[in-house]
Amino acid sequence: MSVLPMKHMILCAKRQDRKSILELLQRSEAVEIISREDDENDEVFSKIDVSQSSQLYSKNAAQADKALEILNTAAPEKGSLLSAFAGRTPITLSEYETNVSKRDSIMKDVNEILRLDKELVEAKADIPRITTQLEALTPWEGLEVPLSFTGTKKTAAFIGTIPETISESEIAEALAGYAPEVSAIDVNVINGQDNLTSVLISCMKSDKDAVEDALRRMNFQRPPISDMIPAKQREAYETELAVAADRINSTTEEIASYGDKRDDIRFIADYFRMRAEKYDVLGTLEQSKRTFVIEGYVPEMYAASLEKELSDRFEVSVEMQDPAPDEDVPVLLKNGSLAKPVEGVIESYSMPGKGELDPTTPVACFYYILFGMMLSDFAYGALMSLSTFVLIKKLKNMEQGMRKTLTMFFYCGLGTMLSGILFGSYFGDAPTVIAKTFFGIDLEIPKVIDPLNQPMKMLVVCFAIGLVHLFAGLGINLYTAIKDKRYVDAISDSILWYLLVGGLILFGLTTDMVCGMFSMSKIPAPLGNIGKVMAIIGAIGIILMGGRESKNWFKRILKGFYALYNVTSYLSDLLSYSRLLALGLATSVISSVFNKMGSMVAGTPVLGVVFFILIFLVGHTINLGINALGAYVHTNRLQYVEFFGKFYNGGGRLFTPFATKTKYFKIKEDN
Amino acid sequence: MGIALALLGAASAALFAGIGSAIGVGRAGQAAAGVVTEEPSQFSRVLILQLLPGTQGIYGLLIAFIALSQLGLLGGQANTSMSVGTGFMYLFACLPMAFVGLVSAMMQSQAAVASIGLVAKRPDQFGKSMIFPAMVETYAILALLVSILALNGIPA
Repeated sequence: MSVLPMKHMILCAKRQDRKSILELLQRSEAVEIISREDDENDEVFSKIDVSQSSQLYSKNAAQADKALEILNTAAPEKGSLLSAFAGRTPITLSEYETNVSKRDSIMKDVNEILRLDKELVEAKADIPRITTQLEALTPWEGLEVPLSFTGTKKTAAFIGTIPETISESEIAEALAGYAPEVSAIDVNVINGQDNLTSVLISCMKSDKDAVEDALRRMNFQRPPISDMIPAKQREAYETELAVAADRINSTTEEIASYGDKRDDIRFIADYFRMRAEKYDVLGTLEQSKRTFVIEGYVPEMYAASLEKELSDRFEVSVEMQDPAPDEDVPVLLKNGSLAKPVEGVIESYSMPGKGELDPTTPVACFYYILFGMMLSDFAYGALMSLSTFVLIKKLKNMEQGMRKTLTMFFYCGLGTMLSGILFGSYFGDAPTVIAKTFFGIDLEIPKVIDPLNQPMKMLVVCFAIGLVHLFAGLGINLYTAIKDKRYVDAISDSILWYLLVGGLILFGLTTDMVCGMFSMSKIPAPLGNIGKVMAIIGAIGIILMGGRESKNWFKRILKGFYALYNVTSYLSDLLSYSRLLALGLATSVISSVFNKMGSMVAGTPVLGVVFFILIFLVGHTINLGINALGAYVHTNRLQYVEFFGKFYNGGGRLFTPFATKTKYFKIKEDN
Repeated sequence: MGIALALLGAASAALFAGIGSAIGVGRAGQAAAGVVTEEPSQFSRVLILQLLPGTQGIYGLLIAFIALSQLGLLGGQANTSMSVGTGFMYLFACLPMAFVGLVSAMMQSQAAVASIGLVAKRPDQFGKSMIFPAMVETYAILALLVSILALNGIPA
């Protein structure tokens, strides 16, 4: 439950050990490396330009990724639904070394796959081209001379199309009209369709010009030239088509045959990614002719072991210093097993800033409860806990982040089960509905509170939880102030507010308005008087202290009044917790809608049960999905806005160590 | 006559809040689809953001359902002789959810669209991006609360 203290490490070593030391640091994942601006005047140390090698490695990694993508289309891998949660496969250092030695042959495979893919793309492009040509041949089906045929020794032939549906006699007539001097003319319609008539017209060679002129007037058009008889041409195209299809098949098969190399290619992609990362780091190091320097932050708990390992294996000088107060030290959190899962929630808000407490534990305490109240169904909670539990137990290699998230939902499920019991909700009112519909029994589920029929009572519970939540936030503020010995802040920013808000609430509980609204019995009047006094002390204190940074007393009091105005924000914060009721009701009402729908069709003989089960399954799946999402979003909101608003600013930087940022494999140290 | 007014109330809660959510989820969906064309890996994140303006429709359904069951229109005995006054009570009780549902879902979708843009550029800021649309939802929740309390307070 704390922010881990960091050490500032300065490591100086021989250049010949550079590669091994960097690899050790990369695998240990314990150091965040600091990159400094290059000092132009420094004659001993300078940085080296590594952008070229780093780019080359990145390119290789990208190629391997592309090859994997191609492999996946050609031979899809049988992945289970769970693989999304599975995480990276661990391999040992010796397996890693063996694979590295194979890298050239693996890269050859990668290039081969890329080449085959190019071939496949070309073959695929052939198909539409040939098909278009085949279609262009259709009007010439049945022509027994090649399209390029222009006539014999004595005769001239015209092959072409006329853009209308027209018969042989009509053509002859029209030709006679345009060229009356031509006597011998032979018209053959080869094909006529869709306002396009393909014809073969022959005449004496001497009449060629006259006929050509006449045909032009009829909008006669010549086809693309081809030396082959259309029928033969068609055959040729069809063979080409078959060849292309074959090529596609065989190429795809050939690509698929690399399927068993998938793991190797994955490895090589990771390998090059790692090297690229290493080279990027190399570029940030200060190096002299024979030595180099690494500066970085190490969590204190790893510092000693890292120092020992480095000095045992290499000739190095390692200095571990406490960071200077003005340094921008990265933040790493450490928490117990119950709070750890919520670290992701903190991370996505902001890491603790300088001097701030790690808020994970208090956030976790409330997170599971608030989430539970919003989802509020025993069965939904049980489903959530069970499924996340099975996933966590089954998939050992799951990534840290994913494991945290799932564990968080496991605990949220427990909270949901608890509130489900309190509200008597098991798939909504399913037990009652089922008992009534199928067995004719009136079943009463025991419940502590019924939100639907006692919404005001439930609202009071929500506000009470909200008050505890807000006061806990204020309490952390108080604790931090006392720990830092800022006693004036502790009193004026926390204690006075406790007095004011607490007093107002005590006083409110003695008034008719508030008690009537929530149909509660009034608390004894003396308590109300105490509340009144508390509130007045608090208010006066805030007016006096709210603007204490101003020297001018007039200004100070004005600012104090403004600070007092903040009491309205407590009202709105508190009202915000009514979402606990609203979202809880949403879950229970929608489940009862589905249960009711099910019970309506359940009357049908035989099929009724089937319909009921169907509606039940679909309905509750949707309801669980939507409301779990709602509960997640609004729990976060209550933590970020209402809770953090009281004490937490964040602004810290997450510790991002120099690590193996691989996609598929995780390398374990041998020992 | 009274029951017709009451039914108008129940229907308008589902109607307007539903329309608002449909518009909202639709708008956010367009933005989300745009992001997924460039960044398929962001699918689950933008999907969550797309769904945020969808809750108003559910709240509308909730109010409609509570009203319908109180009116006995769900398999019970409908009170056909309900007075006009009581009918108006049901109608007015449903109005907060109807109107705030409609407008807040539409406004929430604008925040959701902006947040989807934020996630597209900075996926690590997902946690914060969720909060902006959720802020708008507060008002739908308050309206829901008023509608529930009013429905519960109508004398039988």
